[in-house]
This record gives sequence, C-alpha cells and structure tokens, in this order.
Amino acid sequence: MTDKTSGDLKLKGVTKMYDSFTAVDQLDLVIPRGSFFALLGPSGCGKTTTLRMVAGLDQPTIGQIWIGDQDITDTRAYQRNVNTVFQSYALFPHLSILDNVTFGLRRRKVSDHKAKAMEALELVQLAHIATKKPGQLSGGMQQRVALARAIVNRPDVLLLDEPLGALDLKLRRQMQIELKQIQSEVGLTFVHVTHDQEEAMTMADTIAVMDSGRLEQVGDPAMLYEHPTSTFVANFLGQSNLLKASVKNRTGTTAELDVHGVSLRLPVDRLKDRTTELWLGVRPEKLRLVAPLDSEGADRGADHHVEQNRLTGVVVDASFTGLATNYLVQLAWGQELMVVQQNDGARPAARGGQVTLGWAPEHGFALNANEDAHAGAQDQADDSGAV
Amino acid sequence: MVGQLVEGPAAAQPLRRVRRNYTPYLLLLPGLAWLVVFFVVPMLSLASQSLQTGSVDTGYTLTWHFQTYVDALSQFWPHFARSIVFAATATVFTLLLAYPLAYFMAQKSGRWKNILLVLVIAPFFTSFLIRTLAWQTILTDNGPVVALARSIHFTNLLQWMQLTSNDSLMNSRFAVIAGLTYNFLPFMILPLYANLERLDHSLIEAAGDLYATPVQTFWKVTWPLSLPGVVGGTLLTFIPAAGDFINSRLLGNTQTVMIGQVIDSEFLRVQDYAVAAALSFVLMAVIVIMVALYVRRAGTEELV
Repeated sequence: MTDKTSGDLKLKGVTKMYDSFTAVDQLDLVIPRGSFFALLGPSGCGKTTTLRMVAGLDQPTIGQIWIGDQDITDTRAYQRNVNTVFQSYALFPHLSILDNVTFGLRRRKVSDHKAKAMEALELVQLAHIATKKPGQLSGGMQQRVALARAIVNRPDVLLLDEPLGALDLKLRRQMQIELKQIQSEVGLTFVHVTHDQEEAMTMADTIAVMDSGRLEQVGDPAMLYEHPTSTFVANFLGQSNLLKASVKNRTGTTAELDVHGVSLRLPVDRLKDRTTELWLGVRPEKLRLVAPLDSEGADRGADHHVEQNRLTGVVVDASFTGLATNYLVQLAWGQELMVVQQNDGARPAARGGQVTLGWAPEHGFALNANEDAHAGAQDQADDSGAV
Repeated sequence: MVGQLVEGPAAAQPLRRVRRNYTPYLLLLPGLAWLVVFFVVPMLSLASQSLQTGSVDTGYTLTWHFQTYVDALSQFWPHFARSIVFAATATVFTLLLAYPLAYFMAQKSGRWKNILLVLVIAPFFTSFLIRTLAWQTILTDNGPVVALARSIHFTNLLQWMQLTSNDSLMNSRFAVIAGLTYNFLPFMILPLYANLERLDHSLIEAAGDLYATPVQTFWKVTWPLSLPGVVGGTLLTFIPAAGDFINSRLLGNTQTVMIGQVIDSEFLRVQDYAVAAALSFVLMAVIVIMVALYVRRAGTEELV
C-alpha cells in the first residue's frame, strides 16, 4: 500500500553523543526492505539508541536516516511511518485491546480501522480477547498485542526493542518462531534489537553485531558464525578457541602456521596479505576427540585425512549435557580449549586422560593478533548464565 | 474435627484447622473507637439538634421540628448556591494552575523535584488564617497588584465579568475565589503530582510512535491516565472550599457570604443552634450527593 515511499532503511554516518559519551559512533547501515534484521550486542553497545533514533524518539547528533528516497532525520516520531514494539510493551492500560490496536489507525483516520485491527489480532491469535484490558493479560499475550498494534499500521519499518526479554525461555522460543512466521507473512522490514545471540541467529536474515557504539560485522548468521572478522564477534556469537599463531609459509592454497611449536594448517584465503601474527580461531564443536597418532599408526581414525590439524592435551573438565559432552582440554603450554563432542555414542573421554584433538583446516579462521582475545567473552558468559 | 468424614473431592484435601485470628480486629479497634466518639456521636447529636426547638436560655427539647429545614433552606438557599459556584470555580482554577505544575514537577523537573515539592508544601508552615490575611495585603487598594491590574485593565475585565463592583480587588467575588484557589492549590497539586509521577513515560513515547501528535497524546493518554489524580485533587479542593468560611469573611463583602460563614454565625452569634445544625446537615448531604454523582461520572473504578 505504500510502495511509493517504502524502501530500504539507510543510516548514513549516524552518531549520537550524550555530553562526552558517544553512544553510537559513525554508523553506516543499509537494511533492505522486507528483511528481518537484527542489531546484536551487549547492553550499552548503542543498539537501543540506534533503534530510538530510527523511531524518532531520539535525535542523532550527526548523520542522516533515510527510508527509501526520503530523509526522515528531522521528522518527529508521530510523522514517521515507523512503529515500535517496546521492551515494556507500553500498552495503554486504560484502553481495551481493540482500542490499543486501533490507536494508530484512528490517528491516521483509516476508515475500516476496526476490521483491520481484528485482522491483526487474528494474526497473533488474540481476536477472542479484543474487549479485555491489558492488565488482564499475561506477559506473552501483551507481547502479541504490542506486535499487533504495530503491525496493523503496515509501517515501512517495524522496530522491536528486546521484545522477548521479559518472557520465560519456553515462551520466548515459541515467540521467536511466531515472529519469524509473521514477518514472512506480512513482509514488513523488521529491525530487531537483542543482546541474545541465539535469538538473533534463530530469527534474523541479517545480523549487525555492535560493540561500544560501533558496527563490528554485518552478515547472515552462518557467515558471522563461521567467519567472524573480530575477536569480539568470535566470542560474542557462540564460543571460540583462539590460539596465538604465526605464519611459517604459504604454499598453494594452504598456509602453515606455528602454534607454540606445533604446525597447523589454514586455507590461505582466510589470511590477509602479509599477515605474520594472528589469532587462529576454531569453534568448540569443530574439534573432535580423535585417536592419538601412536608410533605404529594403527589406530588412525577413518576421517584422519580430513582432520589434519592435531593438538594433544589433558582433559581437565568434562560435563555431560545430554546432547553433547563439553570438555576443557589443557594443552602443553597451559591454554585450555573448549571442546563440544556430540553424543553420538562414542565412549566419552575421562577426566585427567590424555586426548588428541583434531579439526579440518577449513574450520579455522584468522583474526587480528592485536585484538583482545577475550573481547565479548564476558558479556557472553553473563547472557548465557541468564538464559 | 478429627474423624469427621467429608465426602466428594474435598475429602482428598487435608482438613484445615481454622484458628480464629483476632489481631486484625484488635488493630481496627482504636480507629473504630475514635470514629464512634468523634464522628458518629457528634453526628447524632447534630441531627438531634437540628430537630429540636427552644433557645439557649430556656434549653432545647427534641420536638422533631422538620420545619426548621424548610425555613433554613428558604432563607439561605442563595448562600448554598453561591458556595457551590465559588467552590466549583476555585476548583477549576486550581486544576488549571496545578496540572501543568504537577506535570512539570513529576516528569521534567529532575533534580529540582524535591525543592519544588517543599515549595508547594511550604505554605502549610503558616496558618490558613494568616495566609488569608496576607491576601488582604496583597490585594489592598494601594498595593502593586491593584496598580498592575488597573494598568492592564484587568480590573475592567473583572468588573465586566461582575466579579468585582469597582476598580479595586478586595472585598469582591474575585478576591474570595482567588483566596479559595490559593488556599486549596496544594491539595490539587499533591494528588496530581503523585499520579503523574507514576505515569510510564514509554506510554507517551508509544502514543507518539503510533502517530499521535503531542496534543492528541495528552488527551488520549496522559489525561485519561491522570483522572484518578484529577478526581482526588478536585474532591480535596471542592469539599473544603464549599464549606469554607474564612475566605468569604476576610476577602469578601456582604454579597459574597458563603454557607460556611452563615453556619458559623448562626452557631456562634445568632445562637440559633437548630438552624445551624440543619444547614450543616444539608451542606453535608449536598456535597455527598454531588461527589457521588461526580465519582460515578468520572468512573475512577475502571481505571487501573
């Protein structure tokens, strides 16, 4: 209905400063129309400030915000064809559910606001409680009403500010799937702000990872997970083992790295030109417990030819989670690696036992050696503790 | 209770021994006693007084003389009407003054909040009487307020509105209403402030996000949500203002006598206790009925 005006959401050099504190720093971002986009980052990274600037609730200090070919930077919130699902839902307590949902339509003098509102309530499966007041609903229902209240206006951009934060885990999982379905059904641009990396990966087509007001990396979930470009992303999205490595030589498609005297391989295209020092990263689930390379070579596993990289260490901790066993393996130089071993029936390694870890070179990734190896890891630990 | 057999689903539940707990009733006792001694007994005494005949010298006897009510009302109904009009006008003015101030204090004042609150309460540190007497000085003929009012022709406006009868401000309807407005302003500000302070700012943002202009946001969200505060404030202002007898005496003239002043003089000067008691009862009944209608109309029970 608004094909003329709707289009991609573009942030051009958007900066927000509070006194001396820079909440958002030179943000350039293009969010394609109709996509499910997630802004992911720890609390205080500037993601909510970014969202509020798009909504018109905060003004950028510098920079422009465009929707399609319209510059909306200087318009007020009520003039923008953008709607928000607030973290606290912000349902009007004095109005019925139906009146809450028709609120935006009435302000725009849409003629058949009641029918449209009922349609939106049906979409979130709450048409039967239209006459109730928000105070009579559960958190999950209020969340859906907030969603219906925003969707019914068919905004160019729908903003979701940690919309599932207040729900319990089970309901959150269910709502993640529902939100995703609703988004593909209505085809609106969703911009979802969250600190929960799993939520972002489950729902979004594209994720922008933010830290300290800056964009760390933008990409689809698999790309971000498999090929993080910074230690922050490597640690914040899932977990990573980072090994200090230096390049020994580059031959053909494979580079040979030296990690504390052990020779490991990595595809050359993962390395930037002229890089000599780097963090070699590998995800815990990519590591496998393989048979040690004994002197006779008799016990070599069948997939040994794939998993060319090998490290030996001692199991210092093993915890069984049902789906998998999580190990902590201490290497010769004292570093501990996280290993997640699928529960595929293999006999688990015992604590204190010597093990050999193997992984395919293409599962490794290279990061800038100057970056903090623990960036983003602390935030990650906090969040997963809460979930 | 032991060994008692209970049939049906209740049997599955363990028998609960109900021990009577008298503590809540004991805690209520002092308050109830206070109400009985200082409210119920005087009310009955007043009711009885209004139906007695006699005089201070000869003593009073209960004769169920309802004619007193008819006489009192036929003589003093203009004072009733005037009291209601003055109190209602003053209530409207306090609301107009208090709402923006309370909103500012609650939502925008930041670190000035506590200072502003103290300033609102500060007038209570001196007595009601002294504050009203001060208004005599403020509105006095040769004071700066009157000079200013004359220079901007405010006095002419008041005269045209029949709130004053000459170009001074004292001893007029205007002075009485101004005094009432001033004296009861804190009673309006405080409930409004308490209400508006709890107003969730994200609701204001949500209204803006849903295309409501600031004016629409106020009338569709802020105002309806603040109604409990408005109702509380208007009741706290209107009820005492309707029965007030200080402002009309100190700031008014013979044409601005309010019912409180009449009751006061019937009791203490004319010493017609029956009429005074009857007037008190009618005033109470009128206020109770008006408040009941108003609260029903405002529908506060539907608000969260």
